[in-house]
Amino acid sequence: MPRRGAPEVNAGSMADIAFLLLIFFLVTTTIETDSGINRKLPPMEEVEDPPIIRERNIFTVLINKYNQLLVEEELVDLKDLRASAIAFLDNGGGQNEEACDYCQGEKDPASSDNPQKAIISLKNDRETSYKVYIAVQNELVAAYNTLRDREFQRLYPMEQMTFTEANKRYSDPRTSPEDKEALKPKLDEVKNLFPQKLSEAEPNKSS
Amino acid sequence: MPKFKKKKSGDLPAISTASLPDIVFMLLFFFMVATVMRDSTLMVTNALPAADQVQKLDKKDRIMYIYAGKPSSRYKDKYGTQARIQLNDKFATVDEVGAFILAERASKRQELQNVLTTALKVDGETKMGLVTDIKQELRKVNALKINYTTRVGAYNQNLN
Repeated sequence: MPRRGAPEVNAGSMADIAFLLLIFFLVTTTIETDSGINRKLPPMEEVEDPPIIRERNIFTVLINKYNQLLVEEELVDLKDLRASAIAFLDNGGGQNEEACDYCQGEKDPASSDNPQKAIISLKNDRETSYKVYIAVQNELVAAYNTLRDREFQRLYPMEQMTFTEANKRYSDPRTSPEDKEALKPKLDEVKNLFPQKLSEAEPNKSS
Repeated sequence: MPKFKKKKSGDLPAISTASLPDIVFMLLFFFMVATVMRDSTLMVTNALPAADQVQKLDKKDRIMYIYAGKPSSRYKDKYGTQARIQLNDKFATVDEVGAFILAERASKRQELQNVLTTALKVDGETKMGLVTDIKQELRKVNALKINYTTRVGAYNQNLN
Protein backbone atom coordinates (compact mmCIF):
# COMPACT_ATOMS: atom_id res chain seq x y z
CA MET A 1 0.00 0.00 0.00
CA PRO A 2 1.55 3.35 -1.06
CA ARG A 3 1.96 5.96 1.66
CA ARG A 4 0.28 9.31 1.13
CA GLY A 5 0.93 12.69 2.67
CA ALA A 6 4.23 14.13 3.78
CA PRO A 7 6.05 12.26 6.52
CA GLU A 8 6.56 14.16 9.75
CA VAL A 9 9.82 16.12 9.84
CA ASN A 10 12.14 15.02 12.57
CA ALA A 11 12.60 18.00 14.86
CA GLY A 12 15.02 16.33 17.20
CA SER A 13 18.04 18.11 15.78
CA MET A 14 16.45 21.56 15.94
CA ALA A 15 17.78 22.10 19.44
CA ASP A 16 21.29 21.33 18.22
CA ILE A 17 20.97 23.90 15.47
CA ALA A 18 19.68 26.45 17.96
CA PHE A 19 22.59 25.87 20.29
CA LEU A 20 25.01 26.07 17.41
CA LEU A 21 23.66 29.50 16.49
CA LEU A 22 23.66 30.59 20.12
CA ILE A 23 27.29 29.66 20.53
CA PHE A 24 28.19 31.33 17.26
CA PHE A 25 26.66 34.63 18.40
CA LEU A 26 28.17 34.28 21.85
CA VAL A 27 31.60 34.03 20.35
CA THR A 28 31.28 36.70 17.69
CA THR A 29 29.48 39.54 19.48
CA THR A 30 31.60 41.94 21.40
CA ILE A 31 30.02 44.19 23.94
CA GLU A 32 30.60 47.72 22.83
CA THR A 33 33.11 49.53 24.98
CA ASP A 34 33.68 53.23 25.19
CA SER A 35 36.88 54.70 23.96
CA GLY A 36 38.44 58.09 24.27
CA ILE A 37 41.53 60.16 24.89
CA ASN A 38 43.12 59.51 28.27
CA ARG A 39 44.53 62.48 30.10
CA LYS A 40 45.99 63.12 33.49
CA LEU A 41 45.15 66.35 35.27
CA PRO A 42 47.87 68.12 37.25
CA PRO A 43 47.48 67.98 41.04
CA MET A 44 45.96 71.00 42.71
CA GLU A 45 48.81 72.05 44.98
CA GLU A 46 50.93 74.91 43.76
CA VAL A 47 54.49 74.09 42.79
CA GLU A 48 56.97 76.22 44.67
CA ASP A 49 59.51 77.92 42.48
CA PRO A 50 58.62 76.29 39.18
CA PRO A 51 61.54 75.20 37.00
CA ILE A 52 62.75 77.70 34.47
CA ILE A 53 61.84 76.64 30.98
CA ARG A 54 63.37 78.25 27.94
CA GLU A 55 60.97 79.96 25.60
CA ARG A 56 62.16 77.88 22.63
CA ASN A 57 61.20 74.66 24.41
CA ILE A 58 57.57 75.65 24.69
CA PHE A 59 55.13 75.17 21.86
CA THR A 60 52.07 77.26 22.57
CA VAL A 61 48.73 76.35 21.12
CA LEU A 62 45.90 78.76 21.77
CA ILE A 63 42.30 78.24 20.72
CA ASN A 64 40.24 81.38 20.79
CA LYS A 65 36.51 81.77 21.19
CA TYR A 66 35.97 81.72 17.45
CA ASN A 67 37.64 78.27 17.39
CA GLN A 68 40.69 79.63 15.58
CA LEU A 69 44.10 78.23 16.26
CA LEU A 70 47.09 80.33 17.21
CA VAL A 71 50.25 78.24 17.19
CA GLU A 72 53.46 79.99 18.23
CA GLU A 73 51.72 83.33 17.64
CA GLU A 74 50.67 82.44 14.12
CA LEU A 75 47.23 81.65 12.81
CA VAL A 76 47.33 78.00 11.75
CA ASP A 77 44.83 75.65 10.19
CA LEU A 78 43.93 72.56 12.20
CA LYS A 79 45.14 70.24 9.46
CA ASP A 80 48.67 71.68 9.72
CA LEU A 81 48.84 71.34 13.50
CA ARG A 82 50.06 67.75 13.54
CA ALA A 83 52.94 68.46 11.18
CA SER A 84 54.10 71.53 13.07
CA ALA A 85 53.88 69.72 16.41
CA ILE A 86 55.99 66.89 14.99
CA ALA A 87 58.50 69.39 13.63
CA PHE A 88 58.75 71.01 17.04
CA LEU A 89 59.11 67.79 19.05
CA ASP A 90 61.54 66.19 16.63
CA ASN A 91 63.68 69.29 16.18
CA GLY A 92 66.58 68.36 18.48
CA GLY A 93 68.42 71.67 18.26
CA GLY A 94 70.33 71.16 21.52
CA GLN A 95 74.13 71.16 21.78
CA ASN A 96 76.49 68.86 23.72
CA GLU A 97 74.70 67.15 26.62
CA GLU A 98 71.37 68.44 25.39
CA ALA A 99 71.81 66.99 21.93
CA CYS A 100 69.33 64.46 20.64
CA ASP A 101 70.88 61.67 18.59
CA TYR A 102 67.67 60.07 17.38
CA CYS A 103 65.86 63.21 16.27
CA GLN A 104 65.41 63.66 12.56
CA GLY A 105 64.26 67.28 12.64
CA GLU A 106 65.86 70.41 11.27
CA LYS A 107 68.03 71.16 14.35
CA ASP A 108 66.76 74.71 14.32
CA PRO A 109 68.35 76.55 17.27
CA ALA A 110 65.17 78.61 17.68
CA SER A 111 63.04 75.52 18.31
CA SER A 112 63.15 72.78 20.97
CA ASP A 113 66.43 71.38 22.34
CA ASN A 114 65.32 67.77 22.64
CA PRO A 115 62.06 65.85 23.12
CA GLN A 116 62.66 65.49 26.88
CA LYS A 117 62.60 69.26 27.25
CA ALA A 118 59.90 70.03 24.72
CA ILE A 119 56.60 71.04 26.22
CA ILE A 120 53.35 71.66 24.42
CA SER A 121 51.24 74.24 26.16
CA LEU A 122 47.55 74.25 25.37
CA LYS A 123 45.32 77.15 26.23
CA ASN A 124 41.68 77.65 25.43
CA ASP A 125 38.98 80.21 25.92
CA ARG A 126 35.80 79.55 27.90
CA GLU A 127 33.83 80.03 24.71
CA THR A 128 35.84 77.48 22.72
CA SER A 129 33.76 74.63 21.40
CA TYR A 130 34.44 71.26 23.01
CA LYS A 131 34.67 69.40 19.73
CA VAL A 132 37.36 71.70 18.41
CA TYR A 133 39.25 71.25 21.66
CA ILE A 134 39.03 67.46 21.25
CA ALA A 135 40.19 67.76 17.65
CA VAL A 136 43.26 69.71 18.82
CA GLN A 137 43.97 67.21 21.62
CA ASN A 138 43.64 64.45 19.07
CA GLU A 139 46.13 66.05 16.71
CA LEU A 140 48.66 66.63 19.48
CA VAL A 141 48.38 63.04 20.70
CA ALA A 142 48.70 61.96 17.07
CA ALA A 143 51.97 63.89 16.78
CA TYR A 144 53.41 62.02 19.77
CA ASN A 145 52.11 58.71 18.47
CA THR A 146 53.64 59.24 15.04
CA LEU A 147 57.07 59.87 16.54
CA ARG A 148 56.73 56.97 18.97
CA ASP A 149 55.70 54.66 16.14
CA ARG A 150 58.79 55.68 14.22
CA GLU A 151 61.13 55.08 17.15
CA PHE A 152 59.48 51.78 18.06
CA GLN A 153 59.96 50.49 14.55
CA ARG A 154 63.53 51.69 14.46
CA LEU A 155 64.50 50.10 17.80
CA TYR A 156 62.46 46.90 17.58
CA PRO A 157 62.05 46.04 13.91
CA MET A 158 61.52 42.36 14.74
CA GLU A 159 58.27 43.13 16.57
CA GLN A 160 56.60 43.84 13.22
CA MET A 161 54.25 46.42 14.68
CA THR A 162 53.98 50.06 15.59
CA PHE A 163 53.98 51.62 19.02
CA THR A 164 50.23 52.16 18.97
CA GLU A 165 49.60 48.55 18.05
CA ALA A 166 52.00 47.37 20.72
CA ASN A 167 50.33 49.58 23.28
CA LYS A 168 46.92 48.29 22.32
CA ARG A 169 48.22 44.78 22.65
CA TYR A 170 49.70 45.54 26.04
CA SER A 171 46.41 46.82 27.41
CA ASP A 172 44.41 43.98 25.89
CA PRO A 173 43.36 41.59 28.69
CA ARG A 174 43.67 38.63 26.31
CA THR A 175 47.43 39.08 25.93
CA SER A 176 49.34 36.60 28.03
CA PRO A 177 51.34 37.89 31.03
CA GLU A 178 54.62 36.78 29.45
CA ASP A 179 53.95 38.86 26.35
CA LYS A 180 53.07 41.83 28.50
CA GLU A 181 56.25 41.40 30.48
CA ALA A 182 58.24 41.40 27.26
CA LEU A 183 56.46 44.41 25.81
CA LYS A 184 56.59 46.66 28.85
CA PRO A 185 60.29 47.63 28.83
CA LYS A 186 60.15 48.32 25.11
CA LEU A 187 57.11 50.54 25.46
CA ASP A 188 58.66 52.37 28.40
CA GLU A 189 61.86 52.91 26.45
CA VAL A 190 60.02 54.52 23.55
CA LYS A 191 57.77 56.54 25.85
CA ASN A 192 60.91 57.84 27.48
CA LEU A 193 62.34 58.98 24.15
CA PHE A 194 59.24 61.06 23.45
CA PRO A 195 57.56 61.78 26.80
CA GLN A 196 54.12 63.27 26.50
CA LYS A 197 54.53 66.68 28.04
CA LEU A 198 51.28 68.38 27.34
CA SER A 199 50.48 71.10 29.79
CA GLU A 200 47.22 72.95 30.03
CA ALA A 201 47.10 76.48 31.28
CA GLU A 202 45.32 77.24 34.53
CA PRO A 203 41.97 78.82 33.79
CA ASN A 204 41.96 82.54 34.17
CA LYS A 205 40.46 83.63 37.46
CA SER A 206 39.34 86.95 36.08
CA SER A 207 37.32 87.62 32.92
CA MET B 1 -13.56 1.59 0.78
CA PRO B 2 -10.68 1.72 3.21
CA LYS B 3 -8.64 3.33 0.45
CA PHE B 4 -10.79 6.47 0.55
CA LYS B 5 -10.52 6.73 4.31
CA LYS B 6 -6.74 6.76 4.14
CA LYS B 7 -6.81 9.64 1.73
CA LYS B 8 -8.88 11.77 4.06
CA SER B 9 -6.46 11.47 6.96
CA GLY B 10 -3.47 12.33 4.72
CA ASP B 11 -3.57 16.10 5.36
CA LEU B 12 -0.42 18.00 6.17
CA PRO B 13 0.94 16.84 9.49
CA ALA B 14 1.19 19.48 12.21
CA ILE B 15 4.64 21.08 12.41
CA SER B 16 6.34 20.12 15.59
CA THR B 17 6.74 23.04 17.95
CA ALA B 18 9.04 21.19 20.26
CA SER B 19 12.00 23.33 19.21
CA LEU B 20 10.26 26.63 19.71
CA PRO B 21 11.52 26.98 23.28
CA ASP B 22 15.05 26.48 22.03
CA ILE B 23 14.72 29.28 19.53
CA VAL B 24 13.23 31.58 22.10
CA PHE B 25 15.99 30.80 24.56
CA MET B 26 18.58 31.40 21.91
CA LEU B 27 17.18 34.84 21.19
CA LEU B 28 16.98 35.56 24.88
CA PHE B 29 20.60 34.62 25.46
CA PHE B 30 21.70 36.60 22.44
CA PHE B 31 20.06 39.77 23.65
CA MET B 32 21.25 39.20 27.18
CA VAL B 33 24.80 39.09 25.98
CA ALA B 34 24.66 41.86 23.41
CA THR B 35 22.84 44.52 25.36
CA VAL B 36 24.79 47.09 27.24
CA MET B 37 23.13 48.09 30.44
CA ARG B 38 22.89 51.81 30.70
CA ASP B 39 22.61 52.62 34.35
CA SER B 40 21.29 56.11 33.93
CA THR B 41 18.94 57.53 31.37
CA LEU B 42 20.38 60.37 29.40
CA MET B 43 18.75 63.71 30.02
CA VAL B 44 21.19 65.70 27.91
CA THR B 45 22.00 65.59 24.23
CA ASN B 46 25.15 63.56 23.88
CA ALA B 47 26.65 63.68 20.41
CA LEU B 48 30.25 62.87 21.25
CA PRO B 49 33.04 64.48 19.22
CA ALA B 50 35.19 62.31 16.96
CA ALA B 51 38.82 61.36 17.53
CA ASP B 52 41.08 58.64 16.18
CA GLN B 53 43.94 58.50 18.69
CA VAL B 54 41.80 56.73 21.23
CA GLN B 55 42.34 54.14 23.89
CA LYS B 56 39.75 51.66 25.00
CA LEU B 57 37.99 51.96 28.31
CA ASP B 58 37.43 48.46 29.54
CA LYS B 59 36.85 47.34 33.10
CA LYS B 60 33.58 49.12 33.66
CA ASP B 61 33.82 48.80 37.42
CA ARG B 62 36.56 51.41 37.65
CA ILE B 63 34.91 54.17 35.67
CA MET B 64 32.80 57.04 36.87
CA TYR B 65 30.67 58.78 34.29
CA ILE B 66 29.95 62.47 34.07
CA TYR B 67 27.60 63.62 31.33
CA ALA B 68 27.25 67.15 30.06
CA GLY B 69 25.38 68.85 27.29
CA LYS B 70 22.25 70.76 26.51
CA PRO B 71 19.09 69.34 28.12
CA SER B 72 17.31 67.08 25.65
CA SER B 73 14.02 68.21 24.15
CA ARG B 74 11.88 66.67 26.90
CA TYR B 75 13.58 68.75 29.58
CA LYS B 76 14.01 71.95 27.59
CA ASP B 77 10.97 73.64 29.07
CA LYS B 78 12.03 72.97 32.60
CA TYR B 79 15.78 73.42 32.45
CA GLY B 80 16.35 75.78 29.54
CA THR B 81 18.84 75.37 26.73
CA GLN B 82 22.08 76.12 28.55
CA ALA B 83 24.49 73.18 28.77
CA ARG B 84 24.14 71.29 32.05
CA ILE B 85 25.92 68.52 33.90
CA GLN B 86 24.17 65.24 34.54
CA LEU B 87 25.27 63.00 37.40
CA ASN B 88 23.51 59.67 37.70
CA ASP B 89 19.88 60.46 37.01
CA LYS B 90 19.63 64.14 37.72
CA PHE B 91 20.93 67.48 36.63
CA ALA B 92 23.63 68.94 38.81
CA THR B 93 25.60 72.10 39.22
CA VAL B 94 29.38 72.32 39.07
CA ASP B 95 29.68 72.39 42.87
CA GLU B 96 28.06 68.96 43.16
CA VAL B 97 30.69 67.24 41.04
CA GLY B 98 33.17 66.95 43.90
CA ALA B 99 30.66 65.37 46.27
CA PHE B 100 29.54 63.01 43.53
CA ILE B 101 33.09 61.82 42.87
CA LEU B 102 33.72 61.26 46.58
CA ALA B 103 30.48 59.29 46.92
CA GLU B 104 31.27 57.20 43.85
CA ARG B 105 34.77 56.54 45.09
CA ALA B 106 33.50 55.43 48.50
CA SER B 107 31.09 53.00 46.86
CA LYS B 108 33.88 51.16 45.03
CA ARG B 109 36.01 48.39 46.42
CA GLN B 110 39.03 49.45 48.43
CA GLU B 111 41.64 48.20 45.97
CA LEU B 112 40.01 50.03 43.09
CA GLN B 113 39.74 53.39 44.78
CA ASN B 114 43.11 54.57 43.56
CA VAL B 115 42.76 53.48 39.96
CA LEU B 116 39.42 55.05 39.11
CA THR B 117 39.00 56.93 35.86
CA THR B 118 36.47 59.65 35.26
CA ALA B 119 34.90 59.41 31.84
CA LEU B 120 33.70 62.77 30.58
CA LYS B 121 30.90 62.22 28.12
CA VAL B 122 30.43 65.73 26.89
CA ASP B 123 28.38 66.83 23.92
CA GLY B 124 30.42 68.27 21.08
CA GLU B 125 28.54 71.56 21.05
CA THR B 126 29.34 72.37 24.68
CA LYS B 127 31.54 75.34 25.46
CA MET B 128 34.91 74.67 27.08
CA GLY B 129 34.00 76.86 30.06
CA LEU B 130 31.82 74.13 31.54
CA VAL B 131 34.42 71.44 30.84
CA THR B 132 37.13 73.54 32.48
CA ASP B 133 34.93 73.98 35.55
CA ILE B 134 34.40 70.23 35.78
CA LYS B 135 38.12 69.63 35.44
CA GLN B 136 38.87 72.10 38.22
CA GLU B 137 36.37 70.33 40.49
CA LEU B 138 37.98 66.99 39.69
CA ARG B 139 41.39 68.36 40.58
CA LYS B 140 40.03 69.57 43.92
CA VAL B 141 38.99 66.03 44.89
CA ASN B 142 42.15 64.54 43.41
CA ALA B 143 40.41 62.56 40.68
CA LEU B 144 43.15 63.15 38.17
CA LYS B 145 42.71 60.35 35.68
CA ILE B 146 40.20 61.43 33.11
CA ASN B 147 39.08 60.21 29.74
CA TYR B 148 37.42 62.38 27.15
CA THR B 149 35.04 59.82 25.73
CA THR B 150 34.73 60.16 21.98
CA ARG B 151 33.43 58.20 19.10
CA VAL B 152 35.94 56.89 16.61
CA GLY B 153 36.35 59.04 13.52
CA ALA B 154 38.67 61.49 11.83
CA TYR B 155 39.27 64.80 13.59
CA ASN B 156 37.92 66.89 10.73
CA GLN B 157 34.43 65.59 11.38
CA ASN B 158 34.44 68.03 14.28
CA LEU B 159 34.85 71.07 12.11
CA ASN B 160 31.42 71.92 10.89
